[in-house]
Amino acid sequence: MQSNAALEYDYSVAKLFTYTTILFGFLGMTIGTLIASQMAFPELNYLLGEYGTFSRLRPLHTNIVIYGFTLSGIWATFYYSAQRVLKVSMAESKFLMFMGKFHFWLYFFGALAAVVSLLLGITQSKEYAQLEWPFDIVIVLIWVSWGIGMFGLIGIRREKALYISMWYYIACFLGIAMLYLFNNMAVPTYFTSGGLGSIMHSVSMYSGTNDALVQWWFGHNAVAFGFTVPIVAMIYYFLPKESGQAVYSYKLSLLSFWGLMFIYLWAGSHHLLWSTVPDWMQTMGSIFSVVLILPSWGSAINMLLTMKGEWNQLTENPLIKFMVLASTFYMLSTLEGPIQAIKSVNAIAHFTDWIPGHVHDGVLGWVVFMIMAALYHMAPRMFKREIYSKKMMEAQFWLQTTAVVLYFTSMWIAGITQGMMWRAVDEYGNLMYSFIDTVEVLHPYYAIRALAGVLYLTGFLMFAFNMIKTMTSSRQLTEEPQFRSPMA
Amino acid sequence: MFHWLEKNPFFFAVGVFVTIAFAGLIEILPNFAEASRPVAGLRPYTVLELAGKEVYKKDNCIACHSQLIRPFKAETDRYGQYSLSGEYAYDRPFLWGSKRTGPDLHRVGNYRTTDWHENHMWDPQSVVPGSIMPAYKHQFKNIADLETAYAEAVTDKNVFHVPYGDDIQPGKKAWEAYKPKVLAEAKKIAADMKNQDVKDAVAAGKVPEIVALIAYLNSLGSSRYEAKK
Repeated sequence: MQSNAALEYDYSVAKLFTYTTILFGFLGMTIGTLIASQMAFPELNYLLGEYGTFSRLRPLHTNIVIYGFTLSGIWATFYYSAQRVLKVSMAESKFLMFMGKFHFWLYFFGALAAVVSLLLGITQSKEYAQLEWPFDIVIVLIWVSWGIGMFGLIGIRREKALYISMWYYIACFLGIAMLYLFNNMAVPTYFTSGGLGSIMHSVSMYSGTNDALVQWWFGHNAVAFGFTVPIVAMIYYFLPKESGQAVYSYKLSLLSFWGLMFIYLWAGSHHLLWSTVPDWMQTMGSIFSVVLILPSWGSAINMLLTMKGEWNQLTENPLIKFMVLASTFYMLSTLEGPIQAIKSVNAIAHFTDWIPGHVHDGVLGWVVFMIMAALYHMAPRMFKREIYSKKMMEAQFWLQTTAVVLYFTSMWIAGITQGMMWRAVDEYGNLMYSFIDTVEVLHPYYAIRALAGVLYLTGFLMFAFNMIKTMTSSRQLTEEPQFRSPMA
Repeated sequence: MFHWLEKNPFFFAVGVFVTIAFAGLIEILPNFAEASRPVAGLRPYTVLELAGKEVYKKDNCIACHSQLIRPFKAETDRYGQYSLSGEYAYDRPFLWGSKRTGPDLHRVGNYRTTDWHENHMWDPQSVVPGSIMPAYKHQFKNIADLETAYAEAVTDKNVFHVPYGDDIQPGKKAWEAYKPKVLAEAKKIAADMKNQDVKDAVAAGKVPEIVALIAYLNSLGSSRYEAKK
């Protein structure tokens, strides 16, 4: 990829999504830290009356970090990098510009309304698909406006071949569209009962075991197409751009892309091992989860090898550090997942704190690190100013890395302790522990996890501060930086 | 072929879609007819129980409680008979949960009473010392939305063919005619409770969320089909 000096890219939509990435990141992580603290110190449940219990706040945390922070990050990087890899500016088409802004504002106000509805307890109670049907319709509109923007840009592109990042953004768009539509199929009761009750309420189209199957086909692959696919899109663009290195292997990127597409969807049923789902589906889920290591590690190794011969950049540029660590956590997380998907391991791990532990080494170490690195890289180019503080970025890196390690180690111990205590029997074959014993023993680990949350949140505040300073008061740049982002 | 696809976004998108849709077709579709069959004699949830299920959803009990007993001795010893697919036939949505910060509830109706739940929801630590569950005192004040629960029963019956009686019909009139049955069921629960405000509210025709929730929790377990055998 060469830079094209003649083309002036328009970042107005990318900037808007950058602001919401920071806003929702702060909000989602603050609530996350609060609910983590509630598990260690239950008195914290009573700060907001009915609206402040762990159970009411947990969907708020997950929805804000997934659909607030991560989606904003995906779209900020998309509206930034798609123009560049397609060699076309948003400013060239009034229509695409309008769609981009429409996309943002509909998303922003939809997200605010969704937050209120979750606080009120209006929910379908399907994990990561809590929002009721009127919101689902808004979400479809948001998604379609992104699709129009994306395929519109592709339609007027100058660079004929789609770069790897674009493959992943297209897959993210199609995958989430399919999963979200099928999982949220529901009948609004108001219309089928002759106008009775709440208009917001709906009944799932699927019942029991079928609902579980569809839900975890969705749930697992919302992770795939929200937390993996678009984040891989980012690293394929931003790591080569920041380091000035070419992607190590085209063949490896082909193999891991199509491999990931084919294999990921099968693995959803590993969330339902030992349940009432037919055995063959559980086994398929288990096997495909293990096979999934190949394409996941394919991308990660491709990225690490891209740094071949240039590892000195790791010591000089904190941005490279963020991205390399993100790749490494991706490898850790995609090895840990398949281990948990093995039936005998799952028998211990399922329902325990090891699962949130696994999710968080993936999201905190991989997703959030990558999104922050991408925004750091974009900031000097969008705002034409150098990054405010390199020192602060270094400090943030170590603080947050410590936080992630504390988080997953404490949850590993907590999860395995819990799983072993639930099944422990004495010499006569009687259960050794009552349930409450297994809760009380976890207190120190919950406290460590809460501390990890505080540290990580502090790091995120440093990121937000650094970004805001970069936007407003950092030294101005006269020309666009080529590779390495300038920082003071 | 891949080089060609990368220059033809439409066929590229089609290729991706087919690749990702494939697994769903093979893994999910074939099971649909089989798994939605109820176990013999299973009765649908009553309207009060459905209202309780809404409270369970609203306060998001699945954040910490599962409703799925796995086929291990340690689990059947602790919670009872392992869960059967047919027991969930009328569960829309399924409420298996994915985390057990607290114990499983799939058969909680078999071994806990109205009285126990009342004390526990008001002050969990008074019943289970060391518990980290918050109190849900607002459920004693908030009024359950019975009309929406009835609308759900109507939908279950007319759209999904859940075997409700002929007295479950769409429209305001049918609901007004049906309402006394729901209130009578609520009174039975309230009779076993000691909170005077709750009893007064039920007597006045307003059912607090806690009453509906307890009705729902009591229905969890084998009572919904074993009674008929």
